[in-house]
Amino acid sequence: MAHALRTRRGLGRWAQTWAGVATVLVLAELASRTGLLPQRYFPPVTEMFTALFAALGEPWFWLATGQTLQGWVLGLGIAALLAVPAGMLLGTSVVRYRAFRAVIEFLRPIPSVALVPLAILVYGAGLESKVFLAVFAAFWPLLIQTLYGMQDVDPVAVDTARAFRLTRAERITRVVLPGAVPYVATGLRISSSVALILAVTAELVIGSPGLGREINAARVGGAADLLYALIIVTGLIGWGLNSMFAAAERRVLHWHPSQRGAR
Amino acid sequence: MLEVNGLSKTYGEGERTTRALAELSFTVAEGEFVCVVGPSGCGKTTLLRCMAGLLPPTSGSVSLRGHVVAGPPEQVGFVFQEYSRSLMPWLSVRDNIALPLRHKRLGKAERTRLVEEAVESVGLTGFIDHFPWELSGGMQQRVAIARALAYEPEILLMDEPFASVDAQTRADLEDLVLRVRKDYGVTVVFVTHDIDEAVYLGDRVVVLTQPPTTVQEVLAVNLPEPRDQVETKELPEFAHLRAHVFRAIKRRQELRPAT
Repeated sequence: MAHALRTRRGLGRWAQTWAGVATVLVLAELASRTGLLPQRYFPPVTEMFTALFAALGEPWFWLATGQTLQGWVLGLGIAALLAVPAGMLLGTSVVRYRAFRAVIEFLRPIPSVALVPLAILVYGAGLESKVFLAVFAAFWPLLIQTLYGMQDVDPVAVDTARAFRLTRAERITRVVLPGAVPYVATGLRISSSVALILAVTAELVIGSPGLGREINAARVGGAADLLYALIIVTGLIGWGLNSMFAAAERRVLHWHPSQRGAR
Repeated sequence: MLEVNGLSKTYGEGERTTRALAELSFTVAEGEFVCVVGPSGCGKTTLLRCMAGLLPPTSGSVSLRGHVVAGPPEQVGFVFQEYSRSLMPWLSVRDNIALPLRHKRLGKAERTRLVEEAVESVGLTGFIDHFPWELSGGMQQRVAIARALAYEPEILLMDEPFASVDAQTRADLEDLVLRVRKDYGVTVVFVTHDIDEAVYLGDRVVVLTQPPTTVQEVLAVNLPEPRDQVETKELPEFAHLRAHVFRAIKRRQELRPAT
């Protein structure tokens, strides 16, 4: 009975979500069909999806998608390998934190896009530039989150560990690090979006191979429907990656107040 | 067994110095249950943290079996007031209790036995694979007590352990502590601001003054064993003792200018 009720409520929520999506799609279709928006720049939604499904059968589409994801995964991966240990080092020592804080606060606000000319100069227009930009952008949220996570450890938990004679290394691996995992997870999710944004940006601006470059090519070719189809794909990739991280968080952080009962 | 010798603790420097503890001395004998009671803000927690080796004293010392305490000694188990923060939310009840046992070079079977015995003695057998946050406050504090017991301490230091649970749970937990103290033959130092609790539990009660804190009085509690929540508290001696402690604390407060 309770189960059936919950399922029905779940269905209701699902229906609400899709009703909203459908409404927006229908309105966009009508706006274009009626000429409210110029069709040349705003093709009807149905045409966008026709172009999208046509692209799904093309090898170049999958190649470009793979190239974008390659930039994303390398960017996020390298950023994580650098930022998490750096955050751990800075987060476990007040001295180190004070020493590097000014440097971090100076470098962090630099928009990654401002480094595009530098990337071209050093790495040219290929994959390396894309990864360089994605790493730079994805590094900071992860560093800051890891740092905060290490610093936000509960003093009572640390006292408990000390009272029961855990060594310093054990206090870090058994108490501080598990407590910091929720922060790192949030950092990963933020940095994942940032890395994707920068990968597509590099493709658009520098012309590194990938979906961004194909979007530009569609514009040059006057294929507005394909242009939108590719934009939709980048959106879907971003959404999919975010859902993936959210699902992983639900599993790994089932003990955390934000995830309890979500299993 | 445990000796607090001219202990003092001062926080801060220069103008902003706070003297939390001024010259405190008392002893705890083997197997004894000593309650430390005092007005709120009198540095009870500071005292207990010094005794546990978590906080270095400014002067004076704490000695355990003749050795000066300079860091958490292995004979000491600690139960914190903030049970929900003292238990690791990512570990099950079993793993929380096993966490401090990593250093006691024990076989796996022996470790499991210690954990399961401790869980049983606090009455949580069915909850060993639950997470702390799935349990009520009183049950969480039972887990924290079980963790300290499995550690096989000679001395149990308890810092206002029942200050944030409801009255009924508190009575149950008080009797639980009296029972495990016998079962495990452990010496207990129990800090509380509750005079009734101090008199009900203790073999002796150490009454502290307001800061800068000293020992006002050490009171022997000669109530019959075993203690009982109803019968013990009905005894005229109980009423007399609690009134005595109450007056001692009150009198000292009246001597001081109002704050």
